[in-house]
Amino acid sequence: MRFSPFMKASGLAIATLSFSALTCVGTAFAESNKDGPTDGDIGFQRAVTPVMEAITGFNNFWLVPIMVGIVVLVTVLMGYIMIRFREKANPEAQKFSHHTGLEVAWTLIPVVILMCLAVPSMKLLYFADVVPEAGLVVKATGNTWNWEYSYPDYEDKVDSFVSNIVDIPHTEKRTEAGEALSHKQIIAQIEARPADQPRLNGRPYLMATDAALVVPVDTIVKVLVTSNNNLHAFAVPQFGVKIDAVPGRINETWFKVNVGEEGTYYGQCSEICGVNHAFMPIEVKVVSKAEFKRWVANGGSFTAQYSQNTIQNKIVGGMQTAAAQ
Amino acid sequence: MSNSYDHDDGKPGFFARWFFSTNHKDIGTLYLIFGILSGLIGGFLSFQMRMELMEPGFQIFDNPHTFNMYVSMHGLLMIFFLVMPSLIGGFGNWFLPLMIGAPDMAFPRMNNLSFWLLPTALICLLISMFIPGNPSGDGFAGSWVMYPPLSTSGHSGPAFDFVIIGLLAAGFSSIFGAINFITTIFNMRAPGMTMHKMPLFAWGILVTAFLLLLSLPVLAAALFMLFFDRNAGTGFFDAAKGGDPEMFQHLFWFFGHPEVYIMILPAFGIVSHIISTFSRKPIFGYLGMAYAMVSIGVVGFVVWAHHMYTVGMDVDMKAYFLAATLIIAVPTGIKIFSWLATMWGGSIRFAIPMQWALAFIFLFVVGGVTGVALANAGYDAAVHDTYFVVAHFHYVLSLGAVFGIFAGFTYWFGKMSGYLYNKYLAAAHFWFFFIGVNLVFFPQHFLGMQGMPRRYVDYPAEFEFYNKMSSYGAIVTLIGVLFFLIWVAEAFIVKRKAGDNYWGEGANTLEWTLPSPPPFHQFNTLPRIK
Repeated sequence: MRFSPFMKASGLAIATLSFSALTCVGTAFAESNKDGPTDGDIGFQRAVTPVMEAITGFNNFWLVPIMVGIVVLVTVLMGYIMIRFREKANPEAQKFSHHTGLEVAWTLIPVVILMCLAVPSMKLLYFADVVPEAGLVVKATGNTWNWEYSYPDYEDKVDSFVSNIVDIPHTEKRTEAGEALSHKQIIAQIEARPADQPRLNGRPYLMATDAALVVPVDTIVKVLVTSNNNLHAFAVPQFGVKIDAVPGRINETWFKVNVGEEGTYYGQCSEICGVNHAFMPIEVKVVSKAEFKRWVANGGSFTAQYSQNTIQNKIVGGMQTAAAQ
Repeated sequence: MSNSYDHDDGKPGFFARWFFSTNHKDIGTLYLIFGILSGLIGGFLSFQMRMELMEPGFQIFDNPHTFNMYVSMHGLLMIFFLVMPSLIGGFGNWFLPLMIGAPDMAFPRMNNLSFWLLPTALICLLISMFIPGNPSGDGFAGSWVMYPPLSTSGHSGPAFDFVIIGLLAAGFSSIFGAINFITTIFNMRAPGMTMHKMPLFAWGILVTAFLLLLSLPVLAAALFMLFFDRNAGTGFFDAAKGGDPEMFQHLFWFFGHPEVYIMILPAFGIVSHIISTFSRKPIFGYLGMAYAMVSIGVVGFVVWAHHMYTVGMDVDMKAYFLAATLIIAVPTGIKIFSWLATMWGGSIRFAIPMQWALAFIFLFVVGGVTGVALANAGYDAAVHDTYFVVAHFHYVLSLGAVFGIFAGFTYWFGKMSGYLYNKYLAAAHFWFFFIGVNLVFFPQHFLGMQGMPRRYVDYPAEFEFYNKMSSYGAIVTLIGVLFFLIWVAEAFIVKRKAGDNYWGEGANTLEWTLPSPPPFHQFNTLPRIK
């Protein structure tokens, strides 16, 4: 049959693709242990919520094999064709231009693949999108250009507060003489910091804020998101959370940080909102349930002991990082 | 055949010929020159953006507003003033009448209007860059999607009004062009050329023209509403006045999604002809190819909200858009496999246009599979508005549509100018460009997976490695662009004469039966198609 080499090449390509897909899933897309983005990594940040775990799983076991598979299939076929049917190797072109079986096959096979993909995709969508019964509700309001957090459940105890970036002081930041600092000058200031204070005690550049959103671990947190002026988007990559902040409308999303994942997580505004779009990060501090209770009871600030411990840890951690470098 | 054109062909003088032109080939040439010029401006903007993003911190831009303005203008210039004028206005005007055996377009004077609206539009956009946008700086810095309230209350200055007027002019230009193409295709095919014998490029233009005609009025309406919200006190998109900012996004993407097919379908047609020519084989599965384009066009109208998964839509609506979007992969797959089957059994020559076309297939597949990934609404939360999206759409546009443009340009350059290019210079252009753009955009997939948001003038230090790689890629691409300008200039200086059909066997559409360049008026006797 005329098309058997075509089939053979496809078989070869499929074998190659499964192999490379497996390699990819096994190695390159293995999760990094570090929190936040990692320079040079090619996969997602480490997942700390069930939703992000589901997204990562969908990526590793469905999307990457299918994407890599199709690209490898087409590339191998193209390479084979370019060698086998180059002018020198095949001076006389054949004249066929139809093959119904083949055309039906490459219509139906993608349909089947897509239907297989749609099932886990729908499952993921409904899991991530339908907000379950929440243990805590927080509200995030986008301003130009910072986030304001409030706790509707604890309105009498915790005042709403504004969370500003610490690294890039805003355009209002001025010199002692009262002149506005250019961003270049601000960067120079940050770079001139003493070496034992690497980027604010090891907190990532452009992501640290002066007041983090505080939530308890292992609790379903419902986030209500809205905006006072332009569009913004509330996003925390390690939670698998991203939702637009739209004026006049309250969007909701949710996350539940896994047991044992207390720590600080970062996100950045993800919808263009004007001049300081790149400078309104989201910082979420995940603490134990007991610590969260104390934080609320203390009027939305950590007890002296907690702050002491954390700062101690941070400085030690930061110095270790600096020493390691 | 060429002898029958030796009489005086009635070319008008220089000014009348190029400024009052009603000749489809001259208008096509104007469109191509215009496209190249806007492409150079848009490319200049993006090169500066890449240099800024070379390292964390501020390199070039003192004011992030200016960076955002460059992002916005780069998008608008490349879409409305490079890709659309080149593929539709340029190659469409030049080769659609030639391929279907028509003496000219159906409405030559409307054709002239279509073209001259574009420079007007471009001037409006360029002016907007230098007048106040909002208190943060000059120009419109709300991205090419122009979402309110950033584009209404967020840009109090006149810059965005200029953008609106410019885009309306460009939109009307495209609507007139679309009317012209549809009329020409339905009424002016040579005797014997039935719809099912029409070259695939003509099919691509036909579907594109319908998409333009149906989607651009929606953009025009949305732009008018923005204009009234800004200047007449209406509140279509203002929540405080009972409007809804999200409605703009629905209107915009109802235009915006067909728009991405508008940019790629003509390239599909061009690539089909090139693959067939240099494989010396007829197109495999012609009807499947033609109707794949038609179905891409039809389905393209009902998937728009997959650009808006994070806007806070109902989950069932997301599920619908997820399913509908996945369907588009099927006709696209048919096209890819049909191109491969066209080459199968052929006798393949790797001439420069063929290199561009082969690279187009590879890059389009890469951009296509990431498109399938983005269709998944649940997954989209992780990559929405990150560099993953930037990488995806540059793979299908900057590397897809633009490769289609260069493929067509090298394929038809001799036919249009009458001169042959130096193939070493043209090969240098291809290889620098191919390596350069891959270096720019492939690492951006990884940046997006790691969570780097789009439209950021500065980024956390953890994103430095791939940003640097991407910026080096921009330098390689720039060298490629320089080689492009060099080979074009060289061809016009050295003047190697091109024959009627310089690609030989395999190039069998009607334009190859005419001299290079074709006479001012062709087909005095209409060709008959058997």
